[in-house]
Amino acid sequence: MSDNPLDRYEPVIGLEVHTHLKTESKLFSPAPVRYGDAPNHDVHPIDLGMPGVLPVLNEKVIGLAIRLGLATHSTVNTRSVFARKNYFYPDLPKGYQISQYEEPVVSDGWIEIEVPVKGSGKKRGAETVTKRIGVTRAHLEEDAGKSIHDVALSASEGTHIDLNRAGVPLLEIVSEPDLRSSVEASAYLRALRSILRYIEVSDADMEKGQFRCDANVSLRLRGSSEFGTRTEIKNLNSFANVEGAIEAEIVRQSEILDDGGEIQQATMGFDVNRQRTRILRLKENADDYRYFDDPDLIPLLIDEELIEVVRADLPELPEQKRERFEQEYGLPGETTAILVTSRRLADFFENCARACNAPKAAANWIARDLRQELNERNLAVDETRLEPDALASLIRLVEEGRLTTKSARELLPELVEAGGDPQAMMEERGLEAVSDTGMIDEWVTTVIGGNAAAVESVRGGDDKPLNFLMGQVMKAAGGKANPGEVRKRLVEMIRGDG
Amino acid sequence: MKLESLEGQRAALDASEVSSVELVESALVRAEGAGADLGAIVGLRAEAALAAAAGSDARRRAGELRSPLEGAPVVLKDNMVQKGEPTTCASRILESFVSPYDGAMAERLEAAGAIILGRANMDEFAMGSTTENSTFGPARNPWDTSRTTGGSSGGSAVAVSAGITGFSLGSDTGGSIRQPASFCGVVGMKPTYGRVSRWGLVAFASSLDQIGPFTHSAREAAWVLEAIAGHDPRDSTSLPEPAPALESALTGDVKGLRIGLPREYFVDQGAEPGVVEAVRGAVSELESAGAKVVEVALPHTPYVVSTYYLVATAEASSNLARFDGVRYGRRAENVKDLDEMYRRSRSEGFGREVKRRILLGTYVLSAGYFDAYYRKAQQVRTLVRGDFDRAFEACDVIVGPTYPEVAFPIGARMDDPVSLYLGDIYTVSANLAGLPGISVPCGQHQGMPVGMQILGRPLDEATLLRVADAFQRRTDHHEHRPPGSP
Repeated sequence: MSDNPLDRYEPVIGLEVHTHLKTESKLFSPAPVRYGDAPNHDVHPIDLGMPGVLPVLNEKVIGLAIRLGLATHSTVNTRSVFARKNYFYPDLPKGYQISQYEEPVVSDGWIEIEVPVKGSGKKRGAETVTKRIGVTRAHLEEDAGKSIHDVALSASEGTHIDLNRAGVPLLEIVSEPDLRSSVEASAYLRALRSILRYIEVSDADMEKGQFRCDANVSLRLRGSSEFGTRTEIKNLNSFANVEGAIEAEIVRQSEILDDGGEIQQATMGFDVNRQRTRILRLKENADDYRYFDDPDLIPLLIDEELIEVVRADLPELPEQKRERFEQEYGLPGETTAILVTSRRLADFFENCARACNAPKAAANWIARDLRQELNERNLAVDETRLEPDALASLIRLVEEGRLTTKSARELLPELVEAGGDPQAMMEERGLEAVSDTGMIDEWVTTVIGGNAAAVESVRGGDDKPLNFLMGQVMKAAGGKANPGEVRKRLVEMIRGDG
Repeated sequence: MKLESLEGQRAALDASEVSSVELVESALVRAEGAGADLGAIVGLRAEAALAAAAGSDARRRAGELRSPLEGAPVVLKDNMVQKGEPTTCASRILESFVSPYDGAMAERLEAAGAIILGRANMDEFAMGSTTENSTFGPARNPWDTSRTTGGSSGGSAVAVSAGITGFSLGSDTGGSIRQPASFCGVVGMKPTYGRVSRWGLVAFASSLDQIGPFTHSAREAAWVLEAIAGHDPRDSTSLPEPAPALESALTGDVKGLRIGLPREYFVDQGAEPGVVEAVRGAVSELESAGAKVVEVALPHTPYVVSTYYLVATAEASSNLARFDGVRYGRRAENVKDLDEMYRRSRSEGFGREVKRRILLGTYVLSAGYFDAYYRKAQQVRTLVRGDFDRAFEACDVIVGPTYPEVAFPIGARMDDPVSLYLGDIYTVSANLAGLPGISVPCGQHQGMPVGMQILGRPLDEATLLRVADAFQRRTDHHEHRPPGSP
């Protein structure tokens, strides 16, 4: 038997994502939605489940739900119903959560993800194919509060309850079990998060708990068309944890199956330190949530006209943008995938490309060099001092041969941190590439004299040593020679066709 | 001048024969005397009420009357919150609760110039029809203190019947205003579902609960309803219609009005002969005033009580989940874990009837039983609405007894909840169908008041009140007072 369980079993994965909606106030109360306030500061009697209070739907969420529905090619249901999910927990003030059950606001859609071609591994830049993942449904619900068990965090022993989060509006987005690996699962999450941010439905910040994921995982023998028994891993709060938990669960289930055992339906937790999943509770003693339509609320009716108004207002989505970038600018898929990860990055690219009139160069600068600078600083593109026009002028200087790529790369961190005009910086620091043929010829002559073997090869028609010779000239020039001119003179002087 | 009625108080205030402060002072005395003896009043806010009355008197001197309720004392059933005041729902679990916010009724009454005197006794969380299920002890019927007041709004009914206040508010989930009004010989009205805001009403069964007034006359009920009705954006089930103009509808004219008598109310599910006789007498009175009587059918009547108890208990089981000892209210002490805290706080905090209904409701919502009970009940509810839609094609109002019998002795039904539930046969349909209903005193049986119930089309409170008022113009049942009245 092979050591890799994936040779024998095919994982079947579906994800449930809870994403906080971008609203000023809560789903059913006028209390503000804020992060980081003092505990129980952002609450209204409604959020506290005081006797006699009633929920009133925050109408802002209707437009957001429609947007999500349209962006995921789903049906926006013209009638949906709020239901009570009944269970006791101290951070659930009413003893029930208002959610949607039999009639959700959004159903039957899909999104596309990019997954590596089989065998090409997980490496960045690997060849990818597009895969369509079904979205079963998305429904509106209110978040619960937080129970704080940590003695260090709370003033005294015991459990403390913070209800700031209670009543924050959520969309729970449920995928079909169409995902077949941990990599596909995280690709789905990234794609979904990107969509949510594009359409400004959610900031989907995982660190703030605005984007949380439960994963349903089962295995089946390769070639089988039936689903195995699934388990649900709760509360995965980072991409790494989603991948780690799914991989750990695949190993756990495959070991049970290899031993001839049966998978028990269960709710699982993920132990990040040990990178293992463990059973929290078996589904046999499944909670009975006693769902029923909330009599305090009326059905949510959405008219077709409103859906069309929202549709007309919908921004270009990542997949559409990507297609357009590929066609309009002739960019490769790997690059466009990076450029469209956020609307801000894509906009930055387009502004920059327009300003420098060199879209391919702009794409490469942004997808490689700038992205690296941003990642190192953990910044979004609009959180730096670098303006698209400034990057465009940097690129133009390189394209014109006035600045070497090397010098340009050296200027970039400063532009990101402090901003500035690249041309002025170049001139101030004397970085402008030397295009004076006299100077260049002098350096070229010296290098040709000292590297007979390489020169001989080039003369014989081999272009490879040219790069080496170029490097030598640039070194002699202190990195400031116009590389186009250097190359031209090298060839002319060695092959004598000049 | 009859200062025990709202109309009498209004006339006396208008004639400067009495001030609001004087009315409040005498109401406080009466509340502490008869009110306490009858178990009607569970909390008074004397200082605040006197201050409010002084304010009302000042407005009156300045000629700035807010409504016909200006300066008149009122008590609220103890399930309507007022900021800074206790609300207990007659339950141990809320014995220490003080509301941090104003309910819609406190606001509306204040805006109308009425003076909130205090809180009236009730069955715990409005569950019951005797006002015996109260942590404060039972309320007593002013007509015979060995008998029940009916319920669950028994304290509010007594407040008016015994002349403590000229009007009061109750809540009606399955008859909890109309039945105690019938037992205590006063007018009690349940408006159309959604007419009066439920903001600040502690929920028993959200799809059935509706607030309404107790008064002596239909005219007074019209004044109160005008003040408390109307859209409230804080209640999603509140109807968009503004408060109706009701007093102008009280023409005294019922010529050509079609009164439907459901055969099921008079034959198959018959009431006590003495009750039926009083109601038939009242119908004859209306006929002699020009109304026409038609027989109508409400074929799903045999199912309304069970349907009601499935819907009401299901909603209650969820509505009462918030009383968990975590944020407010009673919390059991010396518990070893969360589970025990929940179990003991709720076991110690809730009374028998409330526990019974929470258990029933939890059961009917459970997986495996939901379709057979809750879903089925919702389907029957639709059929009951259909019964009334058809009946109202043939008639303008439906008339019958409010309750099958007159007030019975305290303690008589404590161990037989099913027989009590069955008594709700005439009242629960209005809640299931969302219709307005009113109980009007129409005679006596065994020395106890009998109530006639008038049901109307949705939002047609005007016709109900017109019929009730026309009846009261021709009769004096509403002017009879129990022994010991002021």
